[in-house]
Amino acid sequence: MSDSKRTNLIRGVDQSRYGFKDPERYVFKSRKGLDQQVVHQISTFKKEPKWMLEFRLKALEYFQKMTIPNWGADLSKLNLNDLYYYVKPTEGEGRTWEEVPDTIKRTFDRLGIPEAEQKFLAGVGAQYESEMVYHNIQKQLAQQGVIFLSIEEGLRQHPQLFREYFGKVVPYSDNTFAALNSAVWSGGSFVYIPPGMKVDLPLQAYFRLNSANIGQFERSLIIADEGAQVHYVEGCTAPLYSRDSFHSGVIEIIVKRGARVRYTTIQNWSTNVYNLVTQRAHVFTEGTMEWVDCNLGSKVTMKYPACYLMGPGAHGEILSMSFAGPGQHLDSGGKMMHLSRDTTSKITSKSISRGGGRSSFRGWVKMKQGVEHAKTNVVCDALILDPQSRSDTYPDLSTEEEKISVGYEASVSKIDEEQLFYLKSRGLNDDQAVSMVVSGFIEPLVKELPMEYAVEMNRLIQIQMEGSVG
Amino acid sequence: MSELIIKNLHATVSGKPILKGVNLVVKQGEVHAIMGPNATGKSTLAYALMGHPDYQITRGDILWGGKSIIGLTTEEIAQMGIFLAFQYPVAIPGVSVANFLRTAINALRKAKDPDDKGIPIPEFRKLMLEKMGILKIDQSMGGRYLNDGFSGGEKKRVEILQMAMLNPKIAILDETDSGLDIDALRIVSEGINALRGPELGILTITHYQRILNYLKPDVVHVMINGRVVESGGPDLALTLENRGYDWLKVENGQEI
Repeated sequence: MSDSKRTNLIRGVDQSRYGFKDPERYVFKSRKGLDQQVVHQISTFKKEPKWMLEFRLKALEYFQKMTIPNWGADLSKLNLNDLYYYVKPTEGEGRTWEEVPDTIKRTFDRLGIPEAEQKFLAGVGAQYESEMVYHNIQKQLAQQGVIFLSIEEGLRQHPQLFREYFGKVVPYSDNTFAALNSAVWSGGSFVYIPPGMKVDLPLQAYFRLNSANIGQFERSLIIADEGAQVHYVEGCTAPLYSRDSFHSGVIEIIVKRGARVRYTTIQNWSTNVYNLVTQRAHVFTEGTMEWVDCNLGSKVTMKYPACYLMGPGAHGEILSMSFAGPGQHLDSGGKMMHLSRDTTSKITSKSISRGGGRSSFRGWVKMKQGVEHAKTNVVCDALILDPQSRSDTYPDLSTEEEKISVGYEASVSKIDEEQLFYLKSRGLNDDQAVSMVVSGFIEPLVKELPMEYAVEMNRLIQIQMEGSVG
Repeated sequence: MSELIIKNLHATVSGKPILKGVNLVVKQGEVHAIMGPNATGKSTLAYALMGHPDYQITRGDILWGGKSIIGLTTEEIAQMGIFLAFQYPVAIPGVSVANFLRTAINALRKAKDPDDKGIPIPEFRKLMLEKMGILKIDQSMGGRYLNDGFSGGEKKRVEILQMAMLNPKIAILDETDSGLDIDALRIVSEGINALRGPELGILTITHYQRILNYLKPDVVHVMINGRVVESGGPDLALTLENRGYDWLKVENGQEI
């Protein structure tokens, strides 16, 4: 890490420098609020098959019966009637950056995306407001059968494959926000990796909210066929407005026999964004699913990636990192459902709270009867930087089976004054000393990130720490 | 050449007086040893010099280059070229030795020159490997987390490695010999000796004569009950080794 060249490729995570706003331009913006008509409009714009419109309308009906969760973070100030549910920024989606309208292209240039694509990514998707404006994958991967498209193009070009899996991992009845997403979803990626195919470089999707009072509801579907491997990374940013925005994605992943998928999120929304995301994976025999979830931004996050371990030997892993600063409540964690024998899971959480920020960890592990030799290990460490900040842990392990192994450890710590004195005695100032201890605290997680992201993550932590002491 | 002047220094910890009028002068290029029994204020002196917030200086002064350093922050004192090798170095989990060293070097460079761009990585690596060689530290140490799971000997060697790389003008070695076996003591002492020169003043705090066999101090001081009660040449250390501290305690009104 230390010897790696500092790179600015994933600049998007640097909120302080990239909170810029573009003038608002769009080809269509739905009126405020949500009803059947808005759903019809979205479906019409997308020229969807009838079954999808029906799916949306059913989901809407379900959503309208649901209540906003009263557990977790405070959502009482979230006004869902005050949002624009669909903002179409351009006429179409680009295959090359030249095809992307200049203003939007400039945004992604400033965020360093085209440069990153050339240097270390296998494919890039970029979403601006409600639509993907760019999607491209390396030619030889496409030739080998790898599909990496916007979700809309996925539905158009691969209707059967799409319909077989869409809404199966996350049915609209999963939770209130999954229902909402199912009604108004727009944007996101459709990924298919053929059997035995290993995609070495990450595929990255980049999400940008530009306008105020907007809801972004991307929906991604990732299918790794038998023995396939892929790493998908998503990054998110938005400028800061005084009015809140809303992001509620749904991610569905299918990990077939012996396949391996890693899904990494680097979430750095501005601190006026409600971020309520549903991520679930079905993991079949001997498959491995890893969620790497880094939450730094947003006003409120509620997000608990889940693995359904459906076949013998399936393995699920969640690495969760959150850094809650002033005014932020990051409620995160993960769920592991052991539904077959010899399944193993691991949840590792590292949270940092400072300046009155609040982080909560929820770890659910369920083991059904008959899942002999299932194993789970949950470790959650919290670091609280000042007395105004708060950290909570809500473990929930339940099992109907006896022949299993369960490990659980939790720790809450403060920064040790002697550590700071030691570092300062070598010439580091307060900020540098605290940020060094913090970087060390999350190092076990950061080292799991590809180098470019790890460097950026450390830089971001330093930015978050600046001025945090004294 | 600058000198560190400690003048009638009084310090308390949690209101309890520990230092009761310490007088001492260490010039660049000299090696001083402070000896004395347990709990006479030797480590307190080290911490007070580094500006530890728990140590209140109630009277007296500490001068470096003619200016008082009392009231300066710990990092400011470090940035002036004063270094403390800790008796009990704390672990910083997740931070590699190399990363830490480079950050510290850059902090010191930046303090000297705000426009400094930091030490280039190849230069840093070369320097680190060279100093590791002198201290017989395995190269893999650079990737280990600082003091995390280190043996007592490893911790002390890495303290001296830091000293070698940060290049201080005054180094305070707080019981660097404790916890070292004979071979480690020799290697560490040789490492310290390799750093000696007209630019470096050393103040070594110890209970025992044995490290002084290697370091060969110019001046030996004895501290009892919060004061330096006796100073002399290297032979004073030998006298102490033979006679113990009791005769000095009696002379200085401390109960035995």
